[in-house]
Amino acid sequence: MEYFIQQLINGISLGAIYGLIAIGYTMVYGIIGMINFAHGEIYMIGAFVSLIGFLFMGVLGISYIPLALFLVLLMAMLFTAIYGWAIERIAYRPLRGSVKLAPLISAIGMSIVLQNYVQLTQGARVKPLQPIIQGGFELSGANADFHVRLSYLQIVIVLLTIALMSIFTYVITRTPLGRAQRATEQDMTMASLLGINVDRIISTTFVMGAALAAVAGLMVTLYYGVIDFYIGFIAGMKAFTAAVLGGIGSLPGAMLGGLLIGLIEAFWSGYFSIGYKDVAAFSILVLVLIFRPTGLLGKPEVEKV
Amino acid sequence: MLSIRNLQSGYGRIQALHGIDVDVAEGEIITLIGANGAGKTTLLMTICGKPRASQGEIVFEGEEITRLPTFQIARRGIAHAPEGRRIFPRMTVRENLQMGAAVTPPQYFTDDLDRVLTLFPRLRERLDQRGGTLSGGEQQMLAIGRALMGRPRLLMLDEPSLGLAPLVVRQIFQIIREINREQKVTVFLVEQNAFHALKLAHRAYVMVNGRIAMSGTGEQLLADPAVRAAYLEGGHPAAEETEEAR
Repeated sequence: MEYFIQQLINGISLGAIYGLIAIGYTMVYGIIGMINFAHGEIYMIGAFVSLIGFLFMGVLGISYIPLALFLVLLMAMLFTAIYGWAIERIAYRPLRGSVKLAPLISAIGMSIVLQNYVQLTQGARVKPLQPIIQGGFELSGANADFHVRLSYLQIVIVLLTIALMSIFTYVITRTPLGRAQRATEQDMTMASLLGINVDRIISTTFVMGAALAAVAGLMVTLYYGVIDFYIGFIAGMKAFTAAVLGGIGSLPGAMLGGLLIGLIEAFWSGYFSIGYKDVAAFSILVLVLIFRPTGLLGKPEVEKV
Repeated sequence: MLSIRNLQSGYGRIQALHGIDVDVAEGEIITLIGANGAGKTTLLMTICGKPRASQGEIVFEGEEITRLPTFQIARRGIAHAPEGRRIFPRMTVRENLQMGAAVTPPQYFTDDLDRVLTLFPRLRERLDQRGGTLSGGEQQMLAIGRALMGRPRLLMLDEPSLGLAPLVVRQIFQIIREINREQKVTVFLVEQNAFHALKLAHRAYVMVNGRIAMSGTGEQLLADPAVRAAYLEGGHPAAEETEEAR
């Protein structure tokens, strides 16, 4: 039982991170109908900016951890958002209105460019970061033979994710910006006929997705303590799987999908074999797509014409 | 208010408009009639910059708008209730109307919403329903209402009567007249339902194969034998029905 709870806690923390990345995939897909394969790299850049941010805090001598964390968070979101914006500007906008496959290929190219760029500038070796948020709770009794551990970092990850997702959901469902985003998603031409600057709305979407990926990057840096230029690929695939699993284009779907992928991985590596955790995650995806091609929360479009 | 000179436009290599000249004066209802594929919708969309004109110029209130991006044209005060209505299906009626007012100053919103809902009381009952679940007539009302929420100087309507029951058609045309008279909105109406549209129009144009074939006042065109033969007689039971009803 203790072991189960431990895997549950691990799975939820991991799932929160996947969910944050998955939102970027699902939003971009919703609005321009393309899979932004460079999004995993955006997350990787978020992790690197965070690492540099922590070193910077060390240089500045800011040792109060909540403040350092907050500043690094802002820095990571800001810089990564700029990357997201620039990628859309450079690699996707010029291709808008051409064949559907073109931006997809461009995205894969962008992903390779970013990986190599980070490899060249930061080196190919794994970068360590010493633990910054330490400690946690022991949840089980003293005589149990296995102690459930809930680290402070896991609490931070889950709370931060819940906060960001709430803010995000509010923006999308209640604000004029979110309304314009949904309108652009549903009918881009009509949105522009109503005076909406569609290009700007699309840029904003990339910026928002990148900022969330940056938070995921920061949390992974803290969680695992090591990063390298290649982490974006696997995490990107997982988050993309999460977005598809939840129903691509659906915001709650991305969150749910992320959580599920995290749980599947944690339980699979806990009870079966850690080497096959990716196989488990992707198999679930295959099964869901066979029986529910639109994903768990995605709805087939019903429209009256 | 709107003057179009030698306008040419099309999709890819297919040219749809071969040199169009149209003038719309402030306060008018202008009707454009023509058969399927004549280029009516293309003309309205080209005014909005989608597709872009390949030649010619479009001047709106003294400013050339031919090369402006679509959203800038809309912000100049041209509202378009396009072909197929293009309601946002997964947004509520209220959100659709809010989108219509997306670039108008927020202090007008409450009054404008009230005015539109007075014009279309049906929409008031449906405010929290999704756009995609409305009936055809309700969607048309929403499309017009959404266009009005932007406080347009020029309202362009693309076949508002398409696919609607005769009773609803009459209602819509009545409302168009009201909008024009009471809210002083200039109306550019594209229609296949030639009888109603010409009755309503101050002036009208007939379009054939991407060219303006004829123009005149609504009554002139209604009385013209060629127009009657091509667009009014035969296959227009709605027109005859209404004439009998009078």
